[in-house]
Amino acid sequence: MLELKNVSAGYGTFQALFDVSLEVRAGEAVAVIGPNGAGKTSLLRVISKVIDLNGGEIAMEGVSLNDVPAHKIIEMGIAHVPEHRRLFPRLTVEENLKMGGFIASARSHFDERLAYVYELFPRMKERRHQLAGTMSGGEQQMCAIGRGLMSGPKLLLLDEPSAGLAPVIVQQVFDLVRRIREEGYTVLIVEQNIQQVLKVVDRAYLLEVGQIKMSGSSRELLENDDVRRAYIGL
Amino acid sequence: MDFPLTDPFFWETVIQGLLFGGVLALLSLGLNIIFGVIDVVWICYAELIMLGMYTIYFLYSDYGVPLPLAMLAGILVVALLGAALHYFIIRPILHTEPINQLLVTGGVLFFLQGFATLAFSVEFRNLGVSFGSIEAGDMYIPTTRLLAFIVSLVAVVGLWLFLKRTYLGTAIRAISQDRDVMPLMGVSPGKIYLVTSALGGGLAGLGACLLVLLYDIHPAIGLTFGPITFMVCVMGGLGNMIGGFIAAFIFAEFIALGGFYAEIEWGYVIAFAFFIVMMFIRPQGILGSKS
Amino acid sequence: MNIPMIIKAVGFLAVLSIPALGFSDYVLHIAISALLWGFIYTGWSVMGRFGLVSLGHGAFMGIGAYMVTMLWNHAGITPWIGIPVAVVVSMAVGFMIGFPCFRFRITGHYFALVTLALSEVVRLLIVALRDYTGGSLGVTPDSVISADTPNSFIAMQFSDKVTWFYIVVAVWVVGLLVWRAVDRSMIRYAMEAVSQEEDAAASLGVHVTRTKLIVTMISAGMTAVGGAIYGQYQLYINPETTSGIAISLQIVFAAIAGGMFVQLGPTVGAVITLLLTEGLRQTVGHDVHGLDVMIYGAMLVLFIIYMPRGVLGRVIEVFENRTGGTSGPTTQPRPQPGE
Repeated sequence: MLELKNVSAGYGTFQALFDVSLEVRAGEAVAVIGPNGAGKTSLLRVISKVIDLNGGEIAMEGVSLNDVPAHKIIEMGIAHVPEHRRLFPRLTVEENLKMGGFIASARSHFDERLAYVYELFPRMKERRHQLAGTMSGGEQQMCAIGRGLMSGPKLLLLDEPSAGLAPVIVQQVFDLVRRIREEGYTVLIVEQNIQQVLKVVDRAYLLEVGQIKMSGSSRELLENDDVRRAYIGL
Repeated sequence: MDFPLTDPFFWETVIQGLLFGGVLALLSLGLNIIFGVIDVVWICYAELIMLGMYTIYFLYSDYGVPLPLAMLAGILVVALLGAALHYFIIRPILHTEPINQLLVTGGVLFFLQGFATLAFSVEFRNLGVSFGSIEAGDMYIPTTRLLAFIVSLVAVVGLWLFLKRTYLGTAIRAISQDRDVMPLMGVSPGKIYLVTSALGGGLAGLGACLLVLLYDIHPAIGLTFGPITFMVCVMGGLGNMIGGFIAAFIFAEFIALGGFYAEIEWGYVIAFAFFIVMMFIRPQGILGSKS
Repeated sequence: MNIPMIIKAVGFLAVLSIPALGFSDYVLHIAISALLWGFIYTGWSVMGRFGLVSLGHGAFMGIGAYMVTMLWNHAGITPWIGIPVAVVVSMAVGFMIGFPCFRFRITGHYFALVTLALSEVVRLLIVALRDYTGGSLGVTPDSVISADTPNSFIAMQFSDKVTWFYIVVAVWVVGLLVWRAVDRSMIRYAMEAVSQEEDAAASLGVHVTRTKLIVTMISAGMTAVGGAIYGQYQLYINPETTSGIAISLQIVFAAIAGGMFVQLGPTVGAVITLLLTEGLRQTVGHDVHGLDVMIYGAMLVLFIIYMPRGVLGRVIEVFENRTGGTSGPTTQPRPQPGE
C-alpha cells in the first residue's frame, strides 16, 4: 500500500533520514522503532510531506507522492495522527473531529463517521461539547485518533501515541491501537515503547540515526539479542 | 443643568451612542478576525473602508448603479483588496518580526491615502441618501443610524454562525490555535489566510456601506476611524471578537456622552484616555485571560 | 586618527560650511528641515532600536510645539524656559505611559497601539482646547520680529535662515551624541539583553523596567525639543503636522527607512524622505496632490519588505561584507524565525 524507496529528508541543512526504504502492505500493522532522535517522527513527517523530500520515492497504492503537497496527502487516503496529539485546544471534541473530516470527499460522510467514532470511543460522545484542551492525556489521544479516522483513511500514521502518558494510560492507548487494527485499518506506528508496540503489530523496522538497521516480524525483533539488550533492557 | 435622567436629549445621546457602538463593533470585527487568525494588525484597515466608500459613492452617484448593488460591489472590492494586501504585502514578511507586518501596512495607509487624494481629490463627497428619522416620544433617531446598528448586529451574528457552524469557519478558528498541524487536516494555511483576509476585507467593505450613509467621504477619513477601531480591538483583547463588541459600546457611549456634556473632541479624548488607563488595569483586554 | 574619524570630521565640516556656499534660502530651508527631522528621528530611534516601537511620538512632538507656543502666547514665557518645561512634561508623559507598559510587559502590537492612542489623545486635546490652541486651524507664536528688528533672542524668533541653520546643527549634533551615549553606556548592554530575552535578562538582575523607562524618557524629551524648535522655526503649528497618527507614522518610517541601528541612519532617513517629497513636489507640482504621499507609501512598503535595516544599515552591511570589517553597527536585530 505504502512504499518508500531510498528516501532522504531533513530540515534545512540538517539531514534526518538517509536512504530509508520500507513497505506497508494493505491490512498490516507496521511499527518503526528506535531510540529518541533516530528520525522516527521525521519519517512520518516526510510521508505527510510536512518536511521536504530530498531524495528517493514515496508511493501510495502505486501513485507517487513526490509532487503531492502536504495538504493533499490526506486526500490520498493517509491520515497522520501527529506527535503530542496536537488537538485544537479551544475547539470542542466534536469540532476537532470536524476538522479531521475537512476535506471535500469526507464531508458527505460526516454523520456516519462521527457515529462510528463515538461508537468506537463512547467517552468522546460524552465529552463532545468539551474543549479538547481540558481533557486528560488519554482522552486527548482518543480524540486525536478519532480525528484521524474522520477522513476515512486507508492508512493511519500514528506518531508516538503513548508518549507523555501515565503507565496505566499507555496500556489503554495500546488497546486503542489494537482496536483500530481489528477495525481493518492499515497502520504505520512509530514508538519508543518497543516492548508494548511489538505486541500489537505484525512487522517492524528498527531505525537508528536516520537509517533502517533491521527489519522483520515482531517476533523476530522481540527475540533479537541486540534489540533486547539495547531497547528492552533484558 | 436639568437632572439628566429626565432630559430627553440625554437619552437621545445615550441611544445615539448605542447606535454608534453598533457601527464601531462592526468596524472592529474585520480587524479582529485578521489579528486573531493571522496575528497581523492592518494599520491601513480604515483606508480600505475609505476605498469601499468611494467605490459605492461613484457607482451610485456617477454611474447610476442602484445603491444595494453598489454596496455589494463595494464589499467585493474591499474583500479583493484585503486578499491582495495579504498576498502581495503581508505574506512575504509573515516570518519576520511581527512589528514589521504592522509597519508595512502603515506604508499601505499612506499609499492608499495618497492614491485617494490623487484620484478623487480632497473634496468632501456625500452620498446624499437620507431615510429621515424616527420619532419616539421627544427623541429623534435618524433611520440610517438605526439601520447601521441593525446591520452591525446581523453581521456579528452572521459571522459568529459562520465561524461556529461551517467547515471553513471552524478551520479559521483552528488555524489560530495550531497553524502547523493544519496541512495534516488537508488544509493549506496559505489559503485559509487568504480567505480570512478576504473576509476581513469584506467586513471592512460592509463597514464602508454603513459609513457611506452616515458621513462625508474624503481621503483622510481613515485617520478619523482608524485609531478608534484599533482602540476598540485592543481594549476588547486583540482577536477577541466578543470583547471587541463590548468595548465598541463602551467607547461609543464615552464619545457620545462626552459630546453631550462638552464638545465631541472631549468625548474622544476621554475615550482614548480611558483606553490607556484600561490597558494598565487589564492589559489582556476586558475579557482576556492571563495566559 | 582612523579613517572613519576623518570621514566624520570632513563630513561635519562640510555640513557646517553649507551656509557659506551661497545656496538659496530654499536649499538652506531643506538643509534645516533635514537636520531637524533627522534629530527627531534620531530621538525616536533611541528607543525604537531596542524593539520599543512607539507610534506615539507625535504626542511628544505636539507637547513640545504647543507647550512652548502656549507659554509664550498666553504667559509671555520665553521659549528658553518653555523648552525645558516642555521637555520635563514630555518626559513625565513618557514615564506615565512607559511605566505601566513595561511593568505589565505590554510589547509589540499592544505597545504600538497604546502609544498610538497617546498620540491621538494629544492631537484631540489640542483640537478640543481650541480656545487656547486655535484648534485644527493651528496657531502662530506671537511675533515680535519685524523688518526693523529681524531677530529676537528672547522670543527665539529669527528671520535669518543661517542662524536657524546653526541652531539646528547644534541640536542635531547633541542628538547624535545622546544617541551614542545611550549606545555606549551600560544601558546598551542591558537593553540588548532585554530585547533578546526578557526573562533571561530579568533573571540576570537587569532592571528591565528602569532601563526601558530611561530610554523612553530620553526619547520623549528629545522629540519634545524637536517639536519646539519646529514651531519656532516654522512660526506656525497645527495639530495634524505636530501630533496624531500621521506624524507618528512618519517618524517611525523615516527612522526605519534610514536605518535605526546606525547613528546616522535616522538622519539619512530624513534626507531621503525630504528629497523624495520635495523632489516629487518639484517634478509633479501642486496639481497632482497625493502622488508624493502615494510614492512615499509605496517606498515604505518596499523598504520594510526588502531593506528592514534601512538604507544606511544596508550600505554598511554590504560594505562590511566586502571588506570583512568588524566595526560598525553593534546592535544586531533580533534573529528572524524561519519557517
